Amino acid sequence: MHTETINHAIVTLDVALPGIVWGWMITLNLWAKSIATGTILVGGFLLARYSEDNLKGLKNILPVVAFIFLNIFLLFTLLDLHQPFRMINIFLHPHFTSAITVGAWMATVLTGIIAFMSFLVIIKKETDGIYNTLLKAAIVLAIPVTLYTAAIMGEASARELWQTPAELIQMALAAFVAGSATLAFFSGSWTKDAKRDLAIILAVSAFLSFIMYMGEYYLSFKSEEAEATLAYVQTGGAYHTLFWLGQVIGYILPFFIAIGAIRNGNGAMLKLAAILALIGLFIAKHVWLIIPQLLSLS
Amino acid sequence: MKLGFLVDLDLCMGCKGCEVACKVENEVPVGSWRLRVKYVDQGTFPDTSRTFTPLRCNHCESAPCERICPVSALHYLENGIVNIDSSRCIGCAGCIMACPYGAIYMDPETNTADKCTYCAHRIEGGLMPACVVACPVEANIFGDIEDPMSNISRYISKDKRVQVRKPEKNTKPKHFYVGGGQAQLNPLAAKREDGYTLFSNITHLKHIGGHH
Repeated sequence: MHTETINHAIVTLDVALPGIVWGWMITLNLWAKSIATGTILVGGFLLARYSEDNLKGLKNILPVVAFIFLNIFLLFTLLDLHQPFRMINIFLHPHFTSAITVGAWMATVLTGIIAFMSFLVIIKKETDGIYNTLLKAAIVLAIPVTLYTAAIMGEASARELWQTPAELIQMALAAFVAGSATLAFFSGSWTKDAKRDLAIILAVSAFLSFIMYMGEYYLSFKSEEAEATLAYVQTGGAYHTLFWLGQVIGYILPFFIAIGAIRNGNGAMLKLAAILALIGLFIAKHVWLIIPQLLSLS
Repeated sequence: MKLGFLVDLDLCMGCKGCEVACKVENEVPVGSWRLRVKYVDQGTFPDTSRTFTPLRCNHCESAPCERICPVSALHYLENGIVNIDSSRCIGCAGCIMACPYGAIYMDPETNTADKCTYCAHRIEGGLMPACVVACPVEANIFGDIEDPMSNISRYISKDKRVQVRKPEKNTKPKHFYVGGGQAQLNPLAAKREDGYTLFSNITHLKHIGGHH
């Protein structure tokens, strides 16, 4: 991958270049985190807007789904480390200028809260007061947990494609796409209005995600390095097809199908949009994670 | 005291003595490099030229690797060296993602990040870095950039062609070059094709993410 060479300059001898540093495990990490925090945020919104009778089972499902996906996120974060048993150093020797440290601490607290909520659900005690208080704390914490990866990507300053402001919005939208898509599978017995809200959240967040990607892909004026990365993908590089596959499956199709679900209240359509959105989100995130790593830094 | 490096590219003849000395001194595993010399050819035959560019950690004053390291394995020494404590490193590879110069690698033997430390252990004992000692033409100039009488300071003050890699990153590197152009210092300014590596059948390091 290169831009304009100077006087036919060519590297004729060098060492092997680094391969992909952050691969599919980090994609899975991002994807699972989006589902977990999205479920908390979208579920919390619906619980604030409607009575529990309109959202049968949501109070039970919300912490359990969030707990499962938070643990997938944390597990693969751990597995991606070359020294996973030293993860404890993040707590023993924290370096708080690092978004990795701040994120790990916040995610741990959030997982603790969600674990306690799941416990309350499992023991089925009359604990509405505690549950509701914990839910509020979880919603507040889910926001920075969703967003901190954007700060990590911003701190990964060698990868110019990732700009923190844009990534913050992308992370937030990914959470809404993933959260609404996940909850769609449990919305069978919800009222029509609640399902409609879910479809609206999915359609709007998918549409805005697509717009964001298109803006970054075509319209932004970036550094020489980011331009080189995008030019490589745009001109048919290895990730060209995968990029568009992610956009179509993850955002374009779910948007139109969810619009259809809003118009006719069809639950099956909403679930189809949800499946596509979750698959496409993984692909889109993966491509965006990998492509700046194709660039030679030296 | 702020230690810095300056490479006079007009003097470097690409012997790779510094590379070898670095590997031996620091026991850098096969396939990994703390310091390497990149060859760049320019021009069209018969008007061609070849240049040699030693590349190592830039020991930035505002180091992105230090900032992103979650456990302070990467840290500043008082003399300005960006040092690494491998025993604390968790292997998250954040530093590899953050370093704009591609100067950090994952050691396949220790499974921790590693990089040039300006031979901090030698400096502590009053010795020069191994690459400086090995250079037959004294192209590697090392010293205190805060001391106006040091060789490196005099070089920097006299030669108007002194530059750093990727100044736009605002990392304030303490590694300088004299005599290089864009083709040598900007990786996007020279074409790079698979196969033009020291071992032509190894184009990309596999032990980096470790899980692919």
